[in-house]
Amino acid sequence: MKSSNNNRRKFMATTLQSVGLTALGGLLWSGYCNEAKASPLVLRPPGAIPEEQFLDICIKCGLCAEACVNRESNKNRDGTKREGTLKMAKGGDHKLIGTPYFIPREVPCYMCDDIPCATACPSEALDIKYLLNKKDELDITRAKMGLAVVHRESCVAYWGLQCDACYRACPLLDEALTLDYQKNERTGKHAFLLPVVHSDVCTGCGLCEKACITEKPAIFVLPREHSMGKAGDHYVKGWDKIDQQRVGDRKLNEIETHDERSEKAPSDYLNREIEY
Amino acid sequence: MKNIKYLLLRRTVQIGLMFLYFSANAYGWHILQGTFGSSLLFGVIPLADPYTTLQVLSAGFLIGADVIVGALIITIFYMVVGGRAFCSWVCPINMVTDLANWLRRKLKLDKEEVNYRFLKRRTRYWIMVLALIVSAIVGIAGFEAVSPITIMQRGIIFGFGSGIAVVVAIFLFDLFGVKNGWCGHLCPLGAFYSIIGKKSIIRVKHNHEACSNCMECKVVCPENQVLHMVHKDSISVTDGECINCGRCIDVCNDNALGFSIRDFNKNKKS
Repeated sequence: MKSSNNNRRKFMATTLQSVGLTALGGLLWSGYCNEAKASPLVLRPPGAIPEEQFLDICIKCGLCAEACVNRESNKNRDGTKREGTLKMAKGGDHKLIGTPYFIPREVPCYMCDDIPCATACPSEALDIKYLLNKKDELDITRAKMGLAVVHRESCVAYWGLQCDACYRACPLLDEALTLDYQKNERTGKHAFLLPVVHSDVCTGCGLCEKACITEKPAIFVLPREHSMGKAGDHYVKGWDKIDQQRVGDRKLNEIETHDERSEKAPSDYLNREIEY
Repeated sequence: MKNIKYLLLRRTVQIGLMFLYFSANAYGWHILQGTFGSSLLFGVIPLADPYTTLQVLSAGFLIGADVIVGALIITIFYMVVGGRAFCSWVCPINMVTDLANWLRRKLKLDKEEVNYRFLKRRTRYWIMVLALIVSAIVGIAGFEAVSPITIMQRGIIFGFGSGIAVVVAIFLFDLFGVKNGWCGHLCPLGAFYSIIGKKSIIRVKHNHEACSNCMECKVVCPENQVLHMVHKDSISVTDGECINCGRCIDVCNDNALGFSIRDFNKNKKS
């Protein structure tokens, strides 16, 4: 009787220890994975689904990167193979290991018409439904890999020098990247040719960043969630007929949104200094 | 001269497959593209790692149909051929751990397998389940984020980076730490294939009458608990943990071991 009690105690202790150690392992492992996920400034191939899902669904097979480097057009002038756009994250890259990404200032995306990378993806982490135009054809100009941003202070065109390298490099010239003509008041007789990016067209291919002549590119691609703001649903462009439709037949005096502030009268919070 | 027929065959298959994967990227060959996660055979047939697919699914997202089909093909293949044939005939880490093991024997680092209290051969099954739980919690495939197998494979195809450290770590662990430490105790993929291959058809069969009880097979076997019948019974190795490497057959001087089709009748009796 006594020995069976001992056995039971031993069994319980071992079970408890095993479960405890498993929990410990699970915590460490989850912690590591959670950190490994956090690589927000990474540009994914065309057609990539939202990053949160991409990190899981991408099966890290590299078929996209292989399709990219081995495409017909990826040749130097002497016929030798060039480096591909897509890299597979390896140890030390500080991206989730095994996922594809690209660095435009090294090798930008050349926006192939047949999109070999996205069509090669077996896991649908690159989903061609994001790359179809209205006629249901593959259309690389639908890609939203990132968004180019201009840093005015380092862009020599904003200084008044004549440079349109990014504008000429843009595959969607005059759509994604336009030149804004302004008078140079400093000299009084020259024009500014200012590059302006249009976020509704820009694919984030990075050819502009690659072409930029400054020491560190003054135009560069960032993931869209890091280069775009959001006005919020409660702002409506009343002068825009399509945007105005969002309002429906709501009336001015029927307030539907209620938050902490709307409980108060405007005189309670307006004309006050900002509280820090 | 020692017989190394299966060893040579295995290395040829392992290195050959790695070369085909490498060439898909380097030369644009369409024989075997991708990596273990998901591959394309002859540019048409999808193949995928069923365990990785399970991790992706347990993280709560749906994956493309090509991967599901590929995972089914691989599952059925190893169900028939012997689950852990992957470990000894395909997996590149096997070459690293075999080298560590060989050195361990040459350096006489230890003869006996030490019994660690919380590092048993069944630990890998805990890790296998744990990887699925971690995937569900974090929302990414947990083992794929750390797997030395695919890190090594991608290293061979696309370049290692600092990922080589993981491979070296496994080598050191198996050489100076635990004998058969990674493949025999920890690897959840091996555990998964053990389960898949439990009822597989191609098996090592032992002939007890021919056996001279030299125990060479047990010395060389990385999973020697599966050879419990040696010099006792004339039956097939039925344990799913057998990696079908054939080393026992190579080292046996008595012709007491050999690959055969699983003997279903005998197994029912015993």
